[in-house]
Amino acid sequence: MSVANEAVTETAAPLLEVRDLKTHFPVREGFLVFERTVGQVKAVDGVSFSVARGETLGLVGESGCGKTTIGRCILKLVEPTGGEIRFDGKDVSGLEGGELKDFRRRVQAVFQDPYSSLNPRMTVAEIVAEPLLVHGMDKEPGERSRHVAKLLNLCGLPGNIAERYPHEMSGGQRQRVGIARALALNPDFIICDEAVSALDVSIQAQIIRLLEDLREELGLTYLFIGHDLSVVRHICHRVAVMYLGRIVETAECDELFDNPKHPYTKALLEAVPIPDPKIEAERAHSFLAGEVPSPMNPPSGCVFHPRCQLAVAGCREESPELIEYGQGHWAACPRVSAG
Amino acid sequence: MTELLEIQDLAVEFVTPIGRVQAVNGISYSVAEGEVVAVVGESGSGKSVSAQATLGLIPQPPGKITSGKIRFRGENLLELDDEAIRQVRGQRVAMIFQEPMTSLNPVLSIGRQLTEAMRLHLGLSKAEADARGIELLSLVGIPDPDRRLVQYPHQFSGGMRQRVMIAMALACEPELIIADEPTTALDVTIQAQILELMKDLSARLGVALIIITHNLGVVARYAHRVNVMYAGRIVERGNADAIYGNPAHPYTVGLLNSVPRMDKPRGSPLEPIPGNPPDPANLAPGCAFAPRCRFATERCVQEVPDFVELADGHAAACFEIEAVRREAAE
Repeated sequence: MSVANEAVTETAAPLLEVRDLKTHFPVREGFLVFERTVGQVKAVDGVSFSVARGETLGLVGESGCGKTTIGRCILKLVEPTGGEIRFDGKDVSGLEGGELKDFRRRVQAVFQDPYSSLNPRMTVAEIVAEPLLVHGMDKEPGERSRHVAKLLNLCGLPGNIAERYPHEMSGGQRQRVGIARALALNPDFIICDEAVSALDVSIQAQIIRLLEDLREELGLTYLFIGHDLSVVRHICHRVAVMYLGRIVETAECDELFDNPKHPYTKALLEAVPIPDPKIEAERAHSFLAGEVPSPMNPPSGCVFHPRCQLAVAGCREESPELIEYGQGHWAACPRVSAG
Repeated sequence: MTELLEIQDLAVEFVTPIGRVQAVNGISYSVAEGEVVAVVGESGSGKSVSAQATLGLIPQPPGKITSGKIRFRGENLLELDDEAIRQVRGQRVAMIFQEPMTSLNPVLSIGRQLTEAMRLHLGLSKAEADARGIELLSLVGIPDPDRRLVQYPHQFSGGMRQRVMIAMALACEPELIIADEPTTALDVTIQAQILELMKDLSARLGVALIIITHNLGVVARYAHRVNVMYAGRIVERGNADAIYGNPAHPYTVGLLNSVPRMDKPRGSPLEPIPGNPPDPANLAPGCAFAPRCRFATERCVQEVPDFVELADGHAAACFEIEAVRREAAE
């Protein structure tokens, strides 16, 4: 799979391309006529990446790093402040009418919380059929329910679940319904935003397997947004690490985990406990001190410098660009060799 | 090591509109002085309820402790009256909850909440308690403690709030801290900081620690002894090396095979446990794991297995340990 994908990356145009994406949210103070903008939260501040067909790109980082905002920009739920998002060669900001509808069909999302992302008053069949209804697909009588039954089966749900309501199901089953809904319109690209984070370990593994099987079977492309690095390593082909609205490092999955360059990536990987006491006993537990600064008032220069052990005076002044340290391995830190 | 806390055959049930729910079904475990013990399980396994029962925090009704003993330094906590349990709770045994956002009172200053227990239990004056409060905040790594003491919870980040919770737990120099999912709501670097702080303080101050969690990595990093819970029962117990290196219960084996590992290359095999956890209101008579278990036989469906001792302190409640072990050896 990964070999095939490397070939794809080089030859074909990427399915999704994000260039210098910026999303700044205004911070307002005061009330009614006295309301004024007092600052900006730079949720995403100049992010570029691309996702090849059939590839899964992992977007990782801690709360507030901007990973979810990127997903929402791609879905056109948030208007970016600057930059460009191209899907299948077309700039998505200019899409209108039929083209926009087609884009909405081809790009779908699976969200974290299967408890709040399903309408509690709709049956499973209604939830999964809703996108078909909106897009006017499967109009022949009986066609829609056959399609729904096929989708439920594809996602490993028993047929008799169609008439049930979300509260009658377990968390894992609800997440399967959310995936079935995302697949209803036969999409190319699925944004999985913390799609397995709320699930128990034994159920989480089932959903990861399902996502992998569907990718294989239907040739799907995923943007996998998550904070659980173990899950990301398992499922992604390539990974981009974000910190405070920027990508600080990106590489092929195993390369990033085996050979991290950026001091933040290193700290992040060290912090993740490995479920093996023998390995844990031998790991150095020197943890990153401090907390993520407020994105309203980010540090000057490299945003990571106040927490960085390698930081020198220059890091306070200049915001580092991504530097290529190996084939496809980029890190936004000129001090890597010092570590 | 002498045992500090001994839980024997504890059972807790809740009366709900859909019937009696057996949340905890006869569990026993112990904690020695200064030891770090983990209780691992998935949602609904009864791990939190068993901890709450230890401190008399089960609302009764609908909850009811139907059997068991909880001995703390030999004294059965379940026989104490309200006044006596209050002397134990917060002073000799402290608790840290999952949600640092909701377990602090938003309208009281951090100082007021931090010093309340010290003034109540230790009879300190306001000035003495404040001085000790500042000391505790700096002990848990909060910079600028004298300024922070007069601030309110909304002025603290999630990680800082959890540090305050730890400071509160340490306020009366307890012998045991029960931490219920103490870092689940936190980011991974903050989680590592908080756990390291707890482990360090526990070692330095000789406080025993019960960590209740679903995270197998956290357990591997910090616990000496481990109890694995499933559907209200402990199914396997032992020291951490035995549980991870030589698991004997099919559920423990299944859990370890279904957790993705950051140290394994991408696409390493992941073997999910099939099916869903049982409905605690509707438990079958035999082993609760039998419907999801590859090794299950007729007997497993009929009878609840007793613990089989495998090695020093390592035991699993399963009829088919031989079969599990044979497969692991292959």
